[in-house]
Amino acid sequence: MSVLIYTEVNKGKVKKASLECVNYGAKIAQLLGTTATAIVVNADAAQLEEIGKAGANKILSVKNDAIGNDSILITAMVEQAAKAEGSKVIVFAFDVNGKAVAPRLSAKLRAGLVAGAVDYPAVNGAALEVKKNVFSGKAIALYSINSDIKVISLLPNSFPIVLGANAATVADFSADLSAIASKIVVKEVKSTSSGTSVPLPEAELVVSAGRGMKGPENWGMVEDLANAIGATTACSRPVADMHWRPHHEHVGQTGVAIRPNLYIAIGISGAIQHLAGVNGSKTIVVINSDKEAPFFKSADYGIVGDAFTILPKLTEAIKKLKANAN
Amino acid sequence: MKILVAISNVPDTTAKISFANGDSEFNSAGVTYIINPYDEWYALVRALELKEAGKASQVTLIHVGLTDSEATIRKGLAIGADDAVRINSDGPDAFFVADQIANYAKANGYELVLVGKETINYNGSSVGGMIGGLTDWAYVSLATKMDVDAGKVTLEHDIDGGSQVVEASLPLVVSCAKGMAEQRIPNMRGIMAARTKPITVVEATAGDKLTNVKSFVLAKGRTECKFIDENNVDQLVQLLHTEAKVI
Repeated sequence: MSVLIYTEVNKGKVKKASLECVNYGAKIAQLLGTTATAIVVNADAAQLEEIGKAGANKILSVKNDAIGNDSILITAMVEQAAKAEGSKVIVFAFDVNGKAVAPRLSAKLRAGLVAGAVDYPAVNGAALEVKKNVFSGKAIALYSINSDIKVISLLPNSFPIVLGANAATVADFSADLSAIASKIVVKEVKSTSSGTSVPLPEAELVVSAGRGMKGPENWGMVEDLANAIGATTACSRPVADMHWRPHHEHVGQTGVAIRPNLYIAIGISGAIQHLAGVNGSKTIVVINSDKEAPFFKSADYGIVGDAFTILPKLTEAIKKLKANAN
Repeated sequence: MKILVAISNVPDTTAKISFANGDSEFNSAGVTYIINPYDEWYALVRALELKEAGKASQVTLIHVGLTDSEATIRKGLAIGADDAVRINSDGPDAFFVADQIANYAKANGYELVLVGKETINYNGSSVGGMIGGLTDWAYVSLATKMDVDAGKVTLEHDIDGGSQVVEASLPLVVSCAKGMAEQRIPNMRGIMAARTKPITVVEATAGDKLTNVKSFVLAKGRTECKFIDENNVDQLVQLLHTEAKVI
């Protein structure tokens, strides 16, 4: 039977969310007394080794330059792999491609899908029971997947990655995509990732600022703090709407939903729509001059005061900590 | 070209979340329901803009739900949709809902199906992709721009670390995100007109129920916020290092 895990390589590395999925899929395989097979497109030896270390028993290595981000082609490839492996559980990350591919595959295979799982499944007879966040993180629902084949997409940053000494068997897998006309033609790719910082959806540390910063010219001190911590910068909706910061930095219900280990919110009042996109963060620090700001009710740590005097001090204190640690 | 816009009936963003019947279902008592914001602000409004530009002939709302969601459907009609279809079912899961919409779209000559990027109650981002799989139509997810010209649809949509501009042909399913359009407030004329626009009620076809929710539990709230004096940021750094262990 086997558990099949779809993984991706991005910017020369196996995606963090993919390694989380391999860990997760390997655990499900253990639970079901079977093996874990990962599938990856255009991975090199080091990347295959890393997927093995995350717990895959076998890796289907696909060499194909046409697949890219095309959800129709990815679906067809994973469907063929699932047939070849007799997979009864198929795991994706609940990320950009996972959100497009997992439901398409679920429909093709008439396999029940839980999109955005946050915990390991439990076996109940022929069903798997899986928890996922609902109501924008305000509640958790326990789903039962009742179909023969089950598809689960895992919410990124739900579990820390564990890499062991395991080595996977690598097998070349050639998906036959000749009969599937790609219906999507890519005209242009626009990158928003700036330099070396981790993209927001994958970031473990995020420094975010809002209207309290008074203008885009004051973002230097936000960036200084983010650099000191090694964090990715983000912003609130009004800041993106006023073009102080680019739209891809907007976190919240309408922007990117994130759940980093640390979220520092500076000069953001904490409207419910903003909270809906960040309340999955493990630790929340709020810095705001208004002690009545609603965000303090959802924070772990708070400082009431002027960001313009606090941020430089905080940046220095972080640098000092990092210097002492080295 | 006829556009089908799938709308979901969801508790208002500020609604108090609680559960009933041994925590097996959402407690809707006293809760205001709205059109799922992504379906309304982005999918529906962009569909109307395409019709106004002469690129679409009809904008139909489709909703899988019971009679209690008619007020939400009327609001969609007030914003400007031409007509609406309600598939009479409580919509047990994403697959069932997608199956109903896919069948209706195919049987009634719709070439473009629009959904919001996710619903704010189940947050699954699943129905659009499933409609694509069931119809075997192409699916473009998380689209922030869309235009139609001579049967070709040009879209910009999110990918990892950026976005890409793609061209697709009809028929097509698209999930719509911020950037696609701006929210419209229905005016009095729209509200009056909506009263007489047709809502066709169609019985649901038998469909698979591949998943079901067994129980709900509220997410753990945070314990009290620990306040640190603004002149003592070192303490915050220490707490983040030794207590929260995040830096």
